[in-house]
Amino acid sequence: MRFLFEKDTWQEIYGSIRKNKTRTAITIFGAFWGILLLVGLLGAAKGIENSFNSMFGDFATNSVFMSGSRTSMPFKGFQEGRQINLTTRDVDKIRTEIKGIQFVVPRNATGGQVTHDFKTGNFTVFGDFPLLDKVQKKKLIDGRFINQKDIDENRKICVISDGIYKELYDKGEEAVGTYLKISNISYQVVGVYKSGRFEGKNNIHIPFSTFRVVYNQGDKFMWMVVTGKKEFDIVQVEADVKLLLKNIHKIHPDDNRAFRGFNLGKEIAKVTGFLTGMQFLTWFVGIATLIAGVFAIGNILLITVKERTKEIGIRRALGATPNKVRQQIVLESLFLTLLAGSLGIIAGGLILMLIDSQDLLTNPTVNIPIVLIAYSVLVILGTLIGFIPAYMATIVKPIDALREE
Amino acid sequence: MIKIEKLHKSYPIGKDSLHVLKGIDLHIKEGEFVSIMGSSGSGKSTLLNIVGLLDLHDEGTYYLNGQLIKDMNEKKAALLRNKFLGFVFQSFNLISYKTALENVALPLYYKGMSRKERLEVALDYLEKVGLKDWANHLPNELSGGQKQRVAIARALVTKPKVVLADEPTGALDSTTTDSVMDLLKDINDEGMTVFVITHEEEVADQTKRIVRLKDGLIISDELTKASKAV
Repeated sequence: MRFLFEKDTWQEIYGSIRKNKTRTAITIFGAFWGILLLVGLLGAAKGIENSFNSMFGDFATNSVFMSGSRTSMPFKGFQEGRQINLTTRDVDKIRTEIKGIQFVVPRNATGGQVTHDFKTGNFTVFGDFPLLDKVQKKKLIDGRFINQKDIDENRKICVISDGIYKELYDKGEEAVGTYLKISNISYQVVGVYKSGRFEGKNNIHIPFSTFRVVYNQGDKFMWMVVTGKKEFDIVQVEADVKLLLKNIHKIHPDDNRAFRGFNLGKEIAKVTGFLTGMQFLTWFVGIATLIAGVFAIGNILLITVKERTKEIGIRRALGATPNKVRQQIVLESLFLTLLAGSLGIIAGGLILMLIDSQDLLTNPTVNIPIVLIAYSVLVILGTLIGFIPAYMATIVKPIDALREE
Repeated sequence: MIKIEKLHKSYPIGKDSLHVLKGIDLHIKEGEFVSIMGSSGSGKSTLLNIVGLLDLHDEGTYYLNGQLIKDMNEKKAALLRNKFLGFVFQSFNLISYKTALENVALPLYYKGMSRKERLEVALDYLEKVGLKDWANHLPNELSGGQKQRVAIARALVTKPKVVLADEPTGALDSTTTDSVMDLLKDINDEGMTVFVITHEEEVADQTKRIVRLKDGLIISDELTKASKAV
């Protein structure tokens, strides 16, 4: 193996590659493209996954949103079409009776005209518990979120989103401590938060208990967020909760319309499945292209060997042993794959940097070990494939090679 | 230097075989300047290929520099070619993407000489054939005569025992033919054994010994006037 480290060997190969630029470019294009695609696709897939995670990052992902609706089946003397309202008693029942529940967060909402000084706007007003922060993380810019004392004392306070701050306040104006009028009732602002991607930009949160009193809701509320513990299947939790509620509200067990629900966990699982599938596809396409690229190198080297029969014949007449000839062709193949691989990785990296700089995806990255593995596979395959043209080069007798015109 | 006895060679053509060399006896001593003449199909190229270890003979014995050539494999043949033989071909056979200098240096690469050293040696030989100024030109920038002189320099660069020239002037006009032949004569004067294949009488006349082949047999073997003049 000493020849690998001899300058001469490489000089000879470099010479033969440098002086046949077009041939070299065509030869390496396939493998270059393969690794470019692999790096680009893997990075993009990762970027999509990251974007997705950052979108849902504020939500507890194993949660289900539920609200009452109208029944579609008569049951126990009740007619169909009965309106079902969730109540705070249901919440306590769910908390105590269902296995695997982490949080149950009832919520209320209504539209309201909000005024601050001379500025006014129509926004959505939510009645919330402090727990909301656990299932739908509020990134507070200033102040605090609703706390238990607010609930206990029915305080007239509110937490506003940055969107509302922008509409109702001047730039740089301190919002915390000021008062807002919501439907002609004054609330003190205690916090400003940055809204996430999946919630409205213009939301106001007031304590659940305050909402109940102000809007005269009694025990009823509009919907709830049920969060399962990590080790529990959220689909099962949803089914258990629905069954319990059907019991409480005397709804036919097969009535699927009485409650509306959106199972975030299930939807996320779908998207995650899609992402996994996409990653698999990426690998498949990338590796297939890589292999095709390697074969392209082998193929073109094979053609070049045919084309270079005469050159090889001359070299052999001048004293090149078959081993030397084989060595040169295998090393050319190795060198070309190294070159193709390096260029492909650099180009792929540049593309990912471009995607990143344009903010199309969040952190499109590829793990270095993965890149190195792909690179080594490419180089190993490239070397192995080089043996085919190398063998073909020496199968022809020098005398026949020289005769070839 | 070259000693051939009862050499036979035939090529299979389908089921039959073509008997090309039918018992050649030839003895070439060191420092001789021999030309092999014959019409096409007489077996002269086959003879050169066998002498040049590019092809194997079927029967008979062949001694090159006192060494019996037998059971050759490609590797041994390549090493012997590199060590003892220099080739000059009709179609020059220069490597098109290498400069004149690199072409001349190539046999030294296979000999294992360092790059710096072999380029120096190669330049000396290019100077010898009068092409020092053309060292960094590619073959397609050279005339036919110049290409053949580069090829001769390449044949000489390993200091071989024998220079084998297959129709070295076949692709050249008469003026350049003369200059190439003069070069071969000079080489011979320095003591190198030169073995030329040709079908041109004028070329053969400039060598010192003419061996005529016909149908795979030597029909005449005589010294020329040129040799007597010396």
